[in-house]
Amino acid sequence: METHVVVNVAIAASVAGLVIGVALLRRSRHTREQLGGIGRRRPVATLALALYFAVAVLDSISWRDGAGAAEPRSIVDRWFPADFAERSYSAPLADVEFYGGAPLAHPGAHWLGTDILGRDVLHLALGGARVALLIGGLTSLLAIPLAILLGVVAGWFGGRIDDTVFFLLSTLASIPSLLLLVALVMVLGTGAVQVCIALAVTSWVSFCRVSRAETLKLRELDYVQAARALGASHARILWRHVVPNLMHLVVITFVLTFSQLVLSEAILSWLGVGIDGSWGQMIDQARDELARDPVIGWNLGAASVALFGLILAVNRVGDAVRDVLDPRTLRELQ
Amino acid sequence: MIAYLLRRLVWGAVTILGVLLFLFWLFVLYAQPEDVARRALGEKAPPEAIAQWLVNHGYDRPAVWNPEAPLDTRLFDHLSRMLRFDFGASDADDAPIAARLRSGIGPTLGVTLPLFAIGLPLSLALALGVAFFRDTYIDRLGVVVCVLAMSVSILLYILGGQFLLGKLLRWFPISGFDPDPGLALRFLALPVFVGVLAGLGSDVRFFRTVFLEETGRDYVRTARAKGAGDARVMLRHVLPNAMIPVLSAVSLTIPFLFTGSLLLESFFGIPGLGSITVEAIQNNDFATLRVMVYLGALLFIAVQVATDVAYTWVDPRVRLE
Repeated sequence: METHVVVNVAIAASVAGLVIGVALLRRSRHTREQLGGIGRRRPVATLALALYFAVAVLDSISWRDGAGAAEPRSIVDRWFPADFAERSYSAPLADVEFYGGAPLAHPGAHWLGTDILGRDVLHLALGGARVALLIGGLTSLLAIPLAILLGVVAGWFGGRIDDTVFFLLSTLASIPSLLLLVALVMVLGTGAVQVCIALAVTSWVSFCRVSRAETLKLRELDYVQAARALGASHARILWRHVVPNLMHLVVITFVLTFSQLVLSEAILSWLGVGIDGSWGQMIDQARDELARDPVIGWNLGAASVALFGLILAVNRVGDAVRDVLDPRTLRELQ
Repeated sequence: MIAYLLRRLVWGAVTILGVLLFLFWLFVLYAQPEDVARRALGEKAPPEAIAQWLVNHGYDRPAVWNPEAPLDTRLFDHLSRMLRFDFGASDADDAPIAARLRSGIGPTLGVTLPLFAIGLPLSLALALGVAFFRDTYIDRLGVVVCVLAMSVSILLYILGGQFLLGKLLRWFPISGFDPDPGLALRFLALPVFVGVLAGLGSDVRFFRTVFLEETGRDYVRTARAKGAGDARVMLRHVLPNAMIPVLSAVSLTIPFLFTGSLLLESFFGIPGLGSITVEAIQNNDFATLRVMVYLGALLFIAVQVATDVAYTWVDPRVRLE
């Protein structure tokens, strides 16, 4: 199967999963109020995040026009004309090229100008949202399930199993994360999936540590002891009583980790081992443009504003998620 | 007490062994030696050259198990040389790694020590100020500014600093380094300034949370009840008690003083350990990168063990565990 078909299916599955998940959560009054609480606390940030998400999803769904078309185009691509490119730099809304002043193919149509290869900067900046979603989504898909499994099993059974998991945790945690990330990407090779695997290896530690610590706490609680006394199997207790009661901490950790993942990818891009089409790569390419005379700022500006907007929205929403889900902080607020 | 110390030391040694095994798996078992050779010699290198390169760098020996000479394996070589700090030659240009690291440590400390010495007191002071005005508009404004500041990528701090202060205002040289201490100061000012600024947002926010946690404690109420003023409570009671969580957070950043900031150093052209790491990445120099990762982890573990031992001394409650 072709790549874009696989991506379409994956996106459809994830969106469907998200909708079903939210619908399931909304069935209980408690979680319904929690979901509403996040939006009420940070309305602008939640809206901004939803917009980023929508652009990312729309940019991931693509198809080919007929059999002759070379490249499949996404919905976001279709907002722009098919051959929306110039030969080189042009300023925002300009009619002529920035150097030389030759007339443009699409005068006045590039809202944010074009980059050194003549690509539309607005189009590139919108495309960065897809990469950011990929970083967050694929990485957590790789890291979180395994981290919860290991953390819960280690915390529940203790003994040798716990020692092994704790050894793994402390080994990986003791390597400075940027160095570990770079080493992994160097060895695994560059590419979106490889970068996400490397990010997953560096970020699973915090998820696993949280699940393990919380399981140690939950293990002693009355309702878990009651389930044990009633003869429930280990798997059933973990699945029905332990995992649901530590998910809120995983969600908080996820939101707080997400911005770190995207910022780490920007650093990797700068080191030349990032993901194609990310904002980090746009910033990397724009590095020399500030040294040009006259200065070219629109490329760097668009990527920075897009990146900053996403990280800010995630950080703001992350605070709200923590306030809503973590009762200890909630008590401090009251 | 002695038992605790011993346990902690043994655990540290076991973790170092874990890191070494992980690095062995990653760089020696997972990365194909032929790939490493091809990356070092170029895609079109003849097979004889690659074979010769593998022999020269010791990649032709058995990885884990050698029935004829049990000690002549890459695993044993890796472990014994890393533990003896005998790092061998770079994969990229055959230069000795240890000599290169020795030349890099000076410039790195030139950036990171001032960064640490200015950044830490500054963010502690700002956090204390914000916590002093808790639940007022100053506090809320402070938190918003912190979140804004920590949402900006460090790349933008560096690019913006170089552009504004270096290119437009011409206050500092844009990049470069000079080993002469008097001249080095001129070159180090901008990276240190940018580094301090980039770390301020998240540090102030974190320290504020630490301080606020302390202001809720009983001893603060007692101090207030006996008539201590706000400023006295903050400086005499909250600050010293908050130092334990602050120190344990700060100790984790100490390895970074030596491994250096990859980004600051290579952007500003400072020939420190960070730049060496970036060059290793760009030249596909696995040997150097492996050493840097190992040293980073080693320092981290050493600092952690030292912090834990220091705790037993500062806080007697730890000894009882």
